[in-house]
This record gives sequence, structure tokens and C-alpha cells, in this order.
Amino acid sequence: MQLIACPWCGPREETEFSYGGQAHVAYPEHPASLTDEQWAHFVFFRDNPKGPFAERWVHAAGCRRWFTAVRDTRTHQFIGPSELTS
Amino acid sequence: MSTTTAPNPPGADLPEHPDHLWDDAEPKKVYDVVIVGGGGHGLATAHYLAKNHGITNVAVLEKGWLAGGNMARNTTLIRSNYLWDESAGIYEHALTLWEGLEDDLGYPILFSQRGVLNLAHTEQDVRDSVRRVEANKLNGIDAEWLGPDEVAKVCPIVNVSADIRYPVQGATFQPRAGIAKHDYVAWGFARRASEAGIDIIQDCEVTGFVRDGDRVTGVRTTRGTIAAGTVALCAAGHTSVLLDMLGVRAPLQSHPLQALVSELLEPVHPTIVMSNAVHVYVSQAHKGELVMGAGVDSYNGYGQRGAFHIIERQMAAAVELFPVFARAHLLRSWAGVVDVTPDASPIVGATPYENVFLNCGWGTGGFKATPGLGWAFADTVAHGRPHPLVAPFGLDRFVTGALVDEHGAAAVAH
Repeated sequence: MQLIACPWCGPREETEFSYGGQAHVAYPEHPASLTDEQWAHFVFFRDNPKGPFAERWVHAAGCRRWFTAVRDTRTHQFIGPSELTS
Repeated sequence: MSTTTAPNPPGADLPEHPDHLWDDAEPKKVYDVVIVGGGGHGLATAHYLAKNHGITNVAVLEKGWLAGGNMARNTTLIRSNYLWDESAGIYEHALTLWEGLEDDLGYPILFSQRGVLNLAHTEQDVRDSVRRVEANKLNGIDAEWLGPDEVAKVCPIVNVSADIRYPVQGATFQPRAGIAKHDYVAWGFARRASEAGIDIIQDCEVTGFVRDGDRVTGVRTTRGTIAAGTVALCAAGHTSVLLDMLGVRAPLQSHPLQALVSELLEPVHPTIVMSNAVHVYVSQAHKGELVMGAGVDSYNGYGQRGAFHIIERQMAAAVELFPVFARAHLLRSWAGVVDVTPDASPIVGATPYENVFLNCGWGTGGFKATPGLGWAFADTVAHGRPHPLVAPFGLDRFVTGALVDEHGAAAVAH
């Protein structure tokens, strides 16, 4: 089992965390003006790179805080420090 | 024995190596159709392009070796007991083709129709299961609801006592469901396609596309550029990598999906058992291994391996349902890369490029669809429009909202 570095609690076992998918997906600034296609892309479409991927994690069985981390999807290895973003 | 003659080298007395089943082709400069992905779906599409449509100037490009991706990593379950009409249509078409596939391919595929039990463990499971049985019957699919005692008759090793954490309340049963030998399926399709003159090109990874406006005119590969009249994508978990080269977005997330086998055992398990609530599915392969799988690992990954705690959880479920498995040893575990969509249904059909067709998003359930998809996708490629069986699965459904929501509704184990 791999260890994931929670920015608050330090390295903990993977089973303490839940996955939140792609990071930096902002809610549309003008929701009322979106076309159906733009809504579809916001709701359903996410990047799926083979390589480094910035993604959301929550330390569900620990401090319960969300953070952003970059992980290489080829090796599943975390790259660099996790960011404390809300 | 004389001491003056050289001893026979090892293997010298063995019969000649059997004929190769297919030719390991060198790429030509141009093809009418280039299929990207030499797994089950790509090979089946090639076979039906030749058989049903007489299109044989076709290349199947495979980045590794033939059928070495998910086709070598699945748990070989074949069934069609899906809830919605759209899914029932394509999966039942596939099951009907499976039933005649040995004759069609002239090759043994060890298709064994031993039935599938989908267990229900809660009142809600029971309601959903009975609903699905009735939906299946309306679509002409064999399905019945069994109580716990009848479950024990079909599969005596399932623990149906009330004394477990999630007691078995009953199960749906599809008698025509079964398993097949996945390698033989791939080899059978490859042999037929190769006989028809189709080039199967291994060790040939696609690295880019040659574009001309809204058409793709060629495929760049590690073995040179190949011109193509039509391009058909059958790359499963790596579809997003190809679509990124084309600048096309699709709602796919690639996850590791693990499976494992036990050591070889005497025949103890006569059918297939799936349980979504406690999350495991089990059958016994022809040789005797127990073949087990469960859901995907939660995070995206192309690594063809998953985390151990997923296997641990699925083994806990297996041992609770099948106490007889407690002393079986794990022989081997592995993972494939599966492309999962938001509604747990595949994406098949048109792309923004007029001569590029997409087949992906089968997630955890692509093997069972192999002949049905190959049939309908070949027709789609040959006529340049979606075959009616795959028309509900277009990429545009995520914009129109006409989703085919099979998450949990169709005994789909995710």
C-alpha cells in the first residue's frame, strides 16, 4: 500500500484517503449563459492524461481536509509536495 | 550408443511447430481502413469487415502483442442481463453471436454456458433485481428470480445461511450466460481476419495522426506513416491518449481493474456468481482456477497494477460467500486499464472527424460485447454511420442528456 502525504498529518496509508478526480475545475462564472455543450463539458468531461495529473484528495479517515496533489498516472507515484487549496 | 555421433539436441524429437494462426504482417503504405488496437474489439471488427462487408484492405495496429492488453486481463464473463433496452440490444446481440462463434471462426473458444447468478443482499437489491428480471424478459432475454434455496441448488457452495453479515436474499439467474477462453477468442478472430487478407501489425504504436481539415488522412506510427481511408479506434483504456492527439475530448477516465486466480482446484463451482453489494465475482476456469474480480481502483491509472487493499476486500467478500475458498491459495493477480464513462455505458460512433470512428468506454465489461460490438462497429465503419445497435451510445449523448445509465442498475460490478 502506498503512503500519501497529507499536508496536515504527514504520510498516511492510502486507505485513509478518498479520491476527488481532476483538480482546478472551476465552477462556470456565468452559469446562465452556458450552452448545453459547455455544460456537458463542465459536468462530464475531465482530462485523462497518461503522465502527471493534478488531482483532488481528501484525508477522509484523518483530518478530513481536501488538498491538491500531482501524481503520475503511469506509475501511480506522487510528485512533489501536496498543496493546501480549499 | 556410439560415442562418435553427436547427441540429439533437446526438442529434436518433437513434432514440427504447428502452422501459425495468423501472419505477422509488415505495414503497407496505405489501407482502406486502419483499426487502432489489436485486442478483442479490434480483431472482431476486422473479422466482420471482411465477412459481412467484403472490406479486406484493412490493417489492425497493435502497440504491443496481439490481444496482450485487456483481452488477456479480463475475467471472461459473458452475459446480457442489462436493464435498459439499449444495453440489452447490443449485449444480447453479442450473446447470440457467441452461441455460434465456434462455427463462424472454425476454432474452439471453449464457450461454456453455465449461467450467472447475480446475488441480492438487501431489500433494495431484491426490488432492483426483480425489476431487472422483468425488463430482461420484455427484451426476450432469459432471466429468472431465484430464492435462497433455489440459489443453493444452482450453486451449492454459496453460503445462503442467515448467519452472515449480508445474507443472500435471492438472485437473478441467466442460464445462457457463460465463460469463454479469451486467448482462443482473440486467436480465432485473428486467424479468420488474416485468412481474409487483413494485416495484423504488432509492435506498432500510434504516435500521431495526419489531419486535413475535418478528415484524418493517415496514422503516424513507430513503424512509419500509414495512409488510411477510414480510422477506427479500438484502444480501450488508452483511447484518451489517442483522442488527445486528435484534439477531441471524451468523458473517459482510465482506471486499474484488478483480477486474480487461485491455484488449480477440482471442479467446485458450477456457474458464475456476482455480488455487487459485497463486491466480488467468481467463476471457475476450465483448467480449475477460481477467477475473481471486483471493482476498479478509485484513482486514474495507466500502470496495469492496482492496490493490495482492493484485493484484500474482495477476498474477504469471497470467503464470506464461499467458505470453501478459505484455504485456496492466490496464484496470480494483475490489472488492466479500463476506460470508464459517467453513465457506465460505452461510447461508439462518430467523432468530429468524418472518417474517424470511436469505440471506447466499455469500462469493466468489454469482453462480453466482443462479437456484438465487432459486428455493429464494422457496419458503422463500412457505411459511415452508426449501426442502430450502437446509435444510442454516441458521444453526443452527454450533451443531449440521453444517458444510458447502467451504474448499478444492470448488475454491473464497478
